[in-house]
Amino acid sequence: MLRYICKRLIYILMALFIIVTATFFLMRLAPGSPFASERAFPPKIEAQLNAKYGLDNPWYIQYKDYLVDTISFDFGESMKYKGRSTNDIISESFPISLTLGIEAMILAVGIGILLGAIAALYHNKLPDYLASTIAVLGISVPSFILAGLMQYFLAFKFGHFPVSGWKGFNYSILPALAIAITHAGFIAKLTRASMLEQSNSDYVKMARSKGLGKWTIVIRHTLRNALMPVITYLGPLTAGVVTGSFIIEQIFAIPGLGKHFVTSITNRDYTVIMGTTVFYSIILLFAVLIVDILYSVIDPRIKLKGAKK
Amino acid sequence: MTRKLLEVNDLKIHFKTYAGVVQAVRGVSFDLYEGETLAIVGESGSGKSVTSNAIMKLIPQPPGIYAGGEIKLEGRNLLPLSEKQMSKIRGNEIAMIFQDPMTALNPTMRIGRQITEVILKHQKIPAAEARERAVKLLNLVGIPMPEKRFKQYPYEFSGGMRQRVVIAIALAADPKLLIADEPTTALDVTIQAQILELMKDIQKKRKTSIIFITHDLGVVANVADRVAVMYAGQIVEYGTVNDIFYNPKHPYTWGLLGSMPDLRNNVNEELRTIPGSPPDLIHLPKGDAFAPRNEFAMAIDYEEEPPMFQVSETHFAKTWLLHPDAPKIDIPEAISRRIEGYLKEAQVNG
Repeated sequence: MLRYICKRLIYILMALFIIVTATFFLMRLAPGSPFASERAFPPKIEAQLNAKYGLDNPWYIQYKDYLVDTISFDFGESMKYKGRSTNDIISESFPISLTLGIEAMILAVGIGILLGAIAALYHNKLPDYLASTIAVLGISVPSFILAGLMQYFLAFKFGHFPVSGWKGFNYSILPALAIAITHAGFIAKLTRASMLEQSNSDYVKMARSKGLGKWTIVIRHTLRNALMPVITYLGPLTAGVVTGSFIIEQIFAIPGLGKHFVTSITNRDYTVIMGTTVFYSIILLFAVLIVDILYSVIDPRIKLKGAKK
Repeated sequence: MTRKLLEVNDLKIHFKTYAGVVQAVRGVSFDLYEGETLAIVGESGSGKSVTSNAIMKLIPQPPGIYAGGEIKLEGRNLLPLSEKQMSKIRGNEIAMIFQDPMTALNPTMRIGRQITEVILKHQKIPAAEARERAVKLLNLVGIPMPEKRFKQYPYEFSGGMRQRVVIAIALAADPKLLIADEPTTALDVTIQAQILELMKDIQKKRKTSIIFITHDLGVVANVADRVAVMYAGQIVEYGTVNDIFYNPKHPYTWGLLGSMPDLRNNVNEELRTIPGSPPDLIHLPKGDAFAPRNEFAMAIDYEEEPPMFQVSETHFAKTWLLHPDAPKIDIPEAISRRIEGYLKEAQVNG
């Protein structure tokens, strides 16, 4: 197992190198600069700014600088927000997105698997149609519409929840729900399909012939075998959700990480672009690694290559 | 005579499909005594597996419909029972051995737990005791080092060993009736023989009744006391092993017996087959369902379904050939030669 993880860590480093390289050249390909605005700076000032941030160096020097930054995990000062380092931006906003993301994931997984299991268990009966309809609605209604509706009804009209802001657990419920419902729909669909496939297999029939109850069979036998595709989907999803959602954070005025992915690009804030990209990549790559390890935990037949037998 | 354990009367099972109603089982009746083995034989799609699943009420509804009849276990009709009442019978009084041991075990659960869960479901005993019994069962079905095997997963077992585990699970709650749905079909021949020996051995020790579903007549001759031949959802001939093998009356049984490969006698003859294919169970032909494939079919076979004629006290067959007015037709010589050769062979092999 340890050998396997070491091997995978090396792959992760290689992937990061490629990501940094691709991001760097894409940034350079995009026209504009962090200092471009409607009122152009006098050329002298612009040249000074470029010199300060090293943007006047030839591309290979800049490239090297970024690589060194990435290795030392210090992405330098933001080019747009004076005096704030990229690391500070991430360390301030990520915990907020992480909290919200974990809440959303718990909701999404809980609701999704439950809906999927019910739909599969009552295949082609009323509960199935009901659960499937909810799932399809969840998938097809965009999260910002859902967020708006929830704000209007649950927060504004009935006043059960605060409309927006980030001052405690109460503030996180609506945004977490808004994020969770779309994903819950997907998870429900996946779980349903996978459960139905498993339900036709002999071992489920065998479990029935043992005299086990409906739900005992689902929980003890079917679900575990049906979860593989769901787990596969959950890895990248978790990485995306815990790093924040631009739209939801805007609607609920949450100071999370999500908005920086978008604003850093529109600002051509090179250091922040690089910082958030590398940060997201690391989380994604580790999520995928964890999924692969989970496979072997869930299904004993799967042996990790290079792992001890 | 021993006690009657199971009685199936005029059982009808239908399936609703988009194309129409499939009449998978059309009025099947048989009974089974304690400690007896009944073999149900027939082609694929003849309704033998549906019948066996119906006894445990494992037919999914929908699309399955129990269209009529009754299934009586020790005098108690199972058809009106609720799922909850059935779950007390499944695994406990009736257990099932599945065809393919490669898929019948849950791949992500340890073997031991798959056995103990049946015991714990049906008997109020502590887990440690259930464990002890499971290990004993593994020993009984001939799995070496049961203590160690208990903790392993199915993928660590070979096909034959898995089938032994499946049998151990079926036996776990000490059922009165064992339904074996082609338990040896997925195994290779040497393992087949071992599994059959094991089942016979267990039956002797435990006095379990067995319904043995198969299309392998060699297996039938080996294990069964009585045989029911099924065709198109009906039992067409029914009798003791001797009745069926030495004195078959139905042309379909002749065809089945005649199409057994013969590797020692009559080797120069071509392998016989039954021409045609089983009828569409949605649009059944008028009269006898077997008539279009029957070389001895008479005019009445296309008009009216034959009743069950009694041949002897134990032997019944559903063919117009047994009607007093029917022309005297005996089993074709080529087929009887084959059967003789086959029986001789079986005797040599014990």
